[in-house]
This record gives sequence, C-alpha cells and structure tokens, in this order.
Amino acid sequence: MQLRGYGRLAPDRLDAVFAALADPTRRAILTRLAAGEASVTELAEPFAMTQPAVSKHLKVLERAGLVSRGQDAQRRPRRLEPRPLAEATQWLERYRKIWEGNFQRLDTLLDELKSTRKKSPHTKR
Amino acid sequence: MTSPGSLKVATPSDREIVMTRVFDAPRTLVWEALTTPALLKRWLLGPPGWTMTTCEMDLRVGGAYRYQWRKDDGTVMGMGGILREVVAPERLTATERFDQSWYPGEGLVSQVLTEADGQTTITMTLRYESKEARDMVVKSGASTGMEMGYARLAELLAGTLADGRK
Repeated sequence: MQLRGYGRLAPDRLDAVFAALADPTRRAILTRLAAGEASVTELAEPFAMTQPAVSKHLKVLERAGLVSRGQDAQRRPRRLEPRPLAEATQWLERYRKIWEGNFQRLDTLLDELKSTRKKSPHTKR
Repeated sequence: MTSPGSLKVATPSDREIVMTRVFDAPRTLVWEALTTPALLKRWLLGPPGWTMTTCEMDLRVGGAYRYQWRKDDGTVMGMGGILREVVAPERLTATERFDQSWYPGEGLVSQVLTEADGQTTITMTLRYESKEARDMVVKSGASTGMEMGYARLAELLAGTLADGRK
C-alpha cells in the first residue's frame, strides 16, 4: 500500500529525518540535546569522538532539521528541534492506523461471513 | 494468549519484518477474505477516501495479482506480483512490487494462517531480496507500502537501524 499516494507528506524531509535517525551516535547526540543545548566540544566528550567526527554527524542532523544552532556566536551551541521528529512519528502512526483500519474492516467482514454461513444450506434443517 | 484486534510487529532478521494479528473467525473464512477479490475490495482500502478500483487474483502458483486504489481526489496507486505459494487455507506467498517502486528487486510477502479455538492468527512476513533493499526500504521516507511503515517503526523502536546515509 502506497503511502506516497495516501498522504500529502514531504518525502524528502522524511528521508532526511529517517536517514539521520538511522545512526546510533546521532540518536545519542539527539538524546543528549534533549537535555539541553551543547557546543560541539561538549558533545564530542561523552562520545570519545573527534570534533570533526561530531561535526559530520551534526551536519546530517542539521540537514534533517533535527538540530539548529543557537545565538551565541562563540560557542555555537546546538539544540534539538523536536518538530521533524514529531512529524516522523506522526507519519508512522498514520501508517499503523491505516492497517488497523484495514484489519477492523476485515473483522466486520468476517463477522458478516460467519453469520451468513450459519444460514447457509449446509447447516439449514 | 493473544487477543483479537491487537497488531504486533517484529523484525526477526535484517531482511524480514513480521506482523501478526488475531481474528475471531475460522481460518477458512479468513482465507476466503484474503483471496477473493470481491471480499478484498471491502476491507483492503487504506485511509478514508480510498476505494479499491482493481482487484484481480489468479489464485494458483505462478498466477498474477493486481491491486489498484483510487482516492476521491483522483489520486491513483497500484501494485502487483506473482503468487509463489497457494496452500488453502494455510499459506499464501506472493512477490510484491509497487508501480512507483523505490527499492531494487521485489518484496516477498507471505501470509500464514493458524487456527486455535476458532480464532485465526495471520502472520504476515515481508522479506526483501537483500539487506540493501530492506535498508533502502527502511531509509526511504518517500516509502510506500505497509512494510515500509512497519519496518521503520519497528526499527526505530528497536533502535537498530543501520547507518543511514543515502
């Protein structure tokens, strides 16, 4: 079932969000930023990574709109942008609902078939 | 014991996604609902506003099937494939390709029906030709297909997505 057909979504944006989330380090960075903004130096520490390596991950997260830069020109703190994450979650939730809808209709149909079969000639006296 | 109505999703391997759902009906009826075009058209619809305009299935090994949906605003989408296993009322396996496919190769979807105490469990397994194909499926936000949505959801929840650069 084709989601592109079903919803008016921003596929490119979702691509970027899901690609960004696909890496454990980037998820850890997001988790850290959920606790408050942090500079690249501060982010590099707990991950035992070089700053360029962290910057590379941050670039992916920024492109996905998941992370933005704060005002302080010196520290250039990064902070979490929760909205794209919420959009991605909604998208998945919508999908689950589509299938729940399908299966609920199937429930109804099966009930109907069951009662029809009870009245069928096979079981009629 | 699983109660009717609850939908479960799992990722047993890096090429598979499994969905299970219990229905309060014997499996001969569930089989009928899964393999009879007139019945499929009544439930396999997606969100409100969509209708199934084409539903054809040549119910035999090697037979083709073709589904198409239409939204009230005129949007159309379609998919189809070849049936690989047809064992009534137990197992239905088919290849799956969307008209606007976004991953290499085809998906393989198998539906296994088991019955206990008059209830039927559908176990739907979606399998990709390669890990790469599944990863593309998982990564592609423009994705289509239920496997897509569930793959990603399950992966996200499990926190096991592969590295995500496209």
